[in-house]
Amino acid sequence: MTTMDILCEAPVAPAHASPAPEMLSGAAMVVRALQENGIDTLFGYPGGAVLPIYDALYAAPGLRHILVRHEQGAGHAAEGYARSTGGVGVALVTSGPGATNIVTPLADALLDSVPIVVLSGQVPSRLIGTDAFQECDTVGITRSCTKHNVLVRHVDDLAIALHEAFALARSGRPGPVLVDIPKDVQNAIGRYIPLEEARPLLRPNCQPVPGPRMDSISRAVEMLRAATRPILYTGGGIINSGDRASALLREFAAETGFPVTSTLLGLGAYPASGPAWLGMVGMHGSVEANRAMHDCDVMLALGARFDDRVTGRLDGFSPRSRKIHVDIDPSSINKNVPVEIGIVADVGATLEALLKAWRVAAKSGRPAADLAPWRAQIERWAAPGSFRYRQSGTVIKPQYAIERLFAAARGRETYITTEVGQHQMWAAQLYGFEAPRRFMTSGGLGTMGYGLPAAIGVQAAHPDALVVDIAGEASVQMTMQEMSCAVQYGLPVKIFILNNEWMGMVRQWQQLLHGERYSQSWSAALPDFVKMAEAFGCLGLRATDPAELDAKIAEMIHDPRPVLFDCRVSKAENCYPMIPSGAAHDEMLLAPDDTDECENRGAKLANPAISEAGRSLV
Amino acid sequence: MTEPASAYPTTAAAGPESRRTLAILVDNEPGVLARVVGLFSARGYNIESLTVAETDARAHRSRITIVTRGAGPVIDQIKAQLGRIVPVRKVVDVTLEPAGLERELALLKIRSSGQERVEALRVAEIFRARAIDTTRESFIFEVTGASGKIDAFIDLMIPLGLIEVSRTGVLSIQRGAEGA
Ligand SMILES: Cc1ncc(C[n+]2csc(CCOP(=O)(O)OP(=O)(O)O)c2C)c(N)n1
Repeated sequence: MTTMDILCEAPVAPAHASPAPEMLSGAAMVVRALQENGIDTLFGYPGGAVLPIYDALYAAPGLRHILVRHEQGAGHAAEGYARSTGGVGVALVTSGPGATNIVTPLADALLDSVPIVVLSGQVPSRLIGTDAFQECDTVGITRSCTKHNVLVRHVDDLAIALHEAFALARSGRPGPVLVDIPKDVQNAIGRYIPLEEARPLLRPNCQPVPGPRMDSISRAVEMLRAATRPILYTGGGIINSGDRASALLREFAAETGFPVTSTLLGLGAYPASGPAWLGMVGMHGSVEANRAMHDCDVMLALGARFDDRVTGRLDGFSPRSRKIHVDIDPSSINKNVPVEIGIVADVGATLEALLKAWRVAAKSGRPAADLAPWRAQIERWAAPGSFRYRQSGTVIKPQYAIERLFAAARGRETYITTEVGQHQMWAAQLYGFEAPRRFMTSGGLGTMGYGLPAAIGVQAAHPDALVVDIAGEASVQMTMQEMSCAVQYGLPVKIFILNNEWMGMVRQWQQLLHGERYSQSWSAALPDFVKMAEAFGCLGLRATDPAELDAKIAEMIHDPRPVLFDCRVSKAENCYPMIPSGAAHDEMLLAPDDTDECENRGAKLANPAISEAGRSLV
Repeated sequence: MTEPASAYPTTAAAGPESRRTLAILVDNEPGVLARVVGLFSARGYNIESLTVAETDARAHRSRITIVTRGAGPVIDQIKAQLGRIVPVRKVVDVTLEPAGLERELALLKIRSSGQERVEALRVAEIFRARAIDTTRESFIFEVTGASGKIDAFIDLMIPLGLIEVSRTGVLSIQRGAEGA
């Protein structure tokens, strides 16, 4: 689509005489559009097809470029930046391998609704389609893992494409947008359309989603007031909506007295120390959260998408509840779970409307149902403690390490990222998140290697905060070259490896589902992480004894450098509770009473709760 | 396959299946057809027929008409997923529109002689098909109408020497003075 086409179809092109059009090179337009869209940091890696943009960046004021060591790192860093700030993250990569290396972060950002804009160089227009050097069909490859992508064929289209990319990335359900820019377009001179002029020309998906319908709100409030076993099932949508939505959630929970659970991505929207908190829901969620989801009579889903990691077996999912679902994305509603009331709107605006209507009803109508029996039931479920473990005298339990880290970081502005595996679930279970935007983890795609580059992105946005990547020794090896990036930019991220010498989550599944045949899940030939840290110019620390853990964690926190912490933990610990794939919320596997290594391994857990069908699921 | 490609049995996909015609109005930009078709294949939805062409050169709009099949919730899901595609401006469920009109055009080649040839001409007349090419042993008929009518015409032509069929797929529009 050319600029002229857009102008033609726009009903209200600005009529007033604008100042003389600004003529810029495509590369200069990129810089200008970044600045106009409020971007101050980007993550990238140069190459032949983006050299003009790198040249324009060379002296660009107010734009900091962080050179990663692999384009995947640029993508995840942009995600970390975006999720910890609530803004848009930007990555810049070259054509061909530069673009293919960033496919994983795009898919990650799409599933987790993270607003990032990726700018990729492309071979010159006249070479497109000739199998030119470092040519690949970037828009073809990334079409299904972006919210939108576009190959810009003419320099006059570039400014609009860039403004639209930023608007799309953050509008509605946020997501990744890729703009592919051939090298000749970067060099060509064209008219730059400033953001203000472009705004009215952007397409409907860039526009804000209207507020909730009032009739839905009153029906919802009526249903909620009659509930005797209500639950608030919250998700990442609350965090994406902005801090106001988290504040409103807290108010709503306080006023209604409803218990709150959350998905992995929603952690922190409601504080873990709050009176209504049940812990995380889902495959490794708390007993009380999962039981309450199963037995509730009214479920209010707020910015959560009924993912299979949350629901377990669908026909066993909360079978007796009436459901209300608030989501900004219409396709989320009724996708996996049919609901009685679907509200397509921003969750913050909806919470505001719900709260108002609740208050009106509270003043005029009958009192809401008595929740005391429900609370008592939840307390009975919670009493044994879902995440219990026994810290022995000699071996550090991974759960203990997370609890000590949490205790040590208390009172500081702290951001946690994770890799993927058991450590990720223990972090979600045991680290008490009190505020939104403090926990960055790859939920939907489950990308090992996410945590370190994401931490770099977070630290770039919050230079004075404590940023910790809670890692597994297998995951961290996927992107650990980014330590070099952290050192280069003085970003003192802390990589806290729970080193169990196994791909622990894989080992756990093999133990429970594959008769203890541990095929390829042993992390053999591990590097000496301490020496490696030193080689990179980081501080390397190691703890093997529970008694030395606190002092070493304190050292990690206080050292001004990036730190790689090799925390040697018990090797055979499993992550419980666990709802095996294909099971329902009331079919949780609980931690055996004694999870000591040898006994745990001896216990043949051919559990009847794991069905044949479940074995074939992921 | 008509259910979304989820390993988890979904209750949302339940219900009787129906055939539905969707008119999808899109910005005519490179890759837009790939986006729409890619959505159907990636999520495991059916495409029974697909037509696409630019319909408004000035506004750069194209119209894609897709015939699909699925249970009610699946169709709703398809529409919602289509709405996520940025260049998709509007999705009309033509089947649900009381004013919806559907037409298809087909070309049929028949090779026959003698009595069969006469019979083919007679059937063509009933269906208001036009012979647009004739040789001594063949006809090409052009026929338009709802898909069911074309199916019926093809069925009748099979024993009369049908050797090749080309169909446009379904086109759709609404009756009345309103534009989509
Ligand atoms: C890129 C990628 N490849 C493979 C997997 C499958 N996978 C999930 S968890 C896991 C093991 C992770 O091991 P580690 O990082 O040591 O963490 P632990 O489970 O031991 O805490 C693997 C291989 C994945 N999630 N991501």
